[in-house]
Amino acid sequence: MNQNPHDHTPAPDCQASAGYYELMEIAVRELLVEKQLIGPGEIRRQIEVLDSRTPALGAKVVARAWTDSAFRARLLANGRKACEEMGISFYDDTQLIVLENTDRVHNLIVCTLCSCYPRPVLGLPPDWYKLKPYRARAVREPRRLLAEFGTVIPDDVEVRVSDSTAMVRYLVLPERPSGTDGMSEEELAALVTRDAMIGVVKASVPEKTMEDK
Amino acid sequence: MTLELHTAGPLPAEHEAPIFSAGEAITVKKRFPIGHFRVPNFIRGRHGIVESVIDPAAVDNEEEGFGRNAGSKRHYYRIAIPMTELWPEYSGPPQDGLRIEVFETWLERRPA
Repeated sequence: MNQNPHDHTPAPDCQASAGYYELMEIAVRELLVEKQLIGPGEIRRQIEVLDSRTPALGAKVVARAWTDSAFRARLLANGRKACEEMGISFYDDTQLIVLENTDRVHNLIVCTLCSCYPRPVLGLPPDWYKLKPYRARAVREPRRLLAEFGTVIPDDVEVRVSDSTAMVRYLVLPERPSGTDGMSEEELAALVTRDAMIGVVKASVPEKTMEDK
Repeated sequence: MTLELHTAGPLPAEHEAPIFSAGEAITVKKRFPIGHFRVPNFIRGRHGIVESVIDPAAVDNEEEGFGRNAGSKRHYYRIAIPMTELWPEYSGPPQDGLRIEVFETWLERRPA
């Protein structure tokens, strides 16, 4: 396709002029360092912490809850404590409420005000989670929104939308798919995707079961 | 009069004990102060039920946003509001609902 391998658009120029908020961030950061309120490495370190969090952590928590009922009970009683028990630290002052999906209730999470998200266990939110169409429609017409994600919720199942507004974050504990008896915690964790823990889809069905159908 | 010594642990400071409890009927206050507030407009003035008290008591983020955070700890509550209460034209089943955490200063008790 591309005749000349060097004929490509150059990477964005890092010297492009900074926008208003970028300049403000730099100014505030430099002031904080200058006044010795924070050290020069602290913001960099915090970004490293944020980047180290991925949905794989949340998936481990879910798989543990599926296989260990005592852990599941602790997780539902206090999400933050149960995650900390698994070595997942919370670097902020947020609490975590874990919402259990059942055959009677389907949970969905959103932050209508901004982009509150269970970052300690899931990492950074997907872009669509931060955009207004998702934020508005999740509380206004959750069933139509879910259907667009391919998730059709029967009318006899309650749709419960949790809107995080302040210091509480939410994590959805999806239903354990059928046909997963005897699977290891690690195999189960592979079925738990980021979107299932937001509540826009269900946990994946193992491939073997798909073949059987 | 005998002076009894309190020995059962620390006493909560004023406002630190929750004033609402699970199951109580509430209304989210309908007020529109200027500034950044964490109560979305679409729930203001709506009726709901306290589902649970969120512990521990937390600093009033509205005050904190203006640099005042001393002595303002109160509770957040997990509030349940039916979708049909939020959106009269809601077409889904009546049991669908919203859950949202609201700070104590934004709630008022409603006769059940």
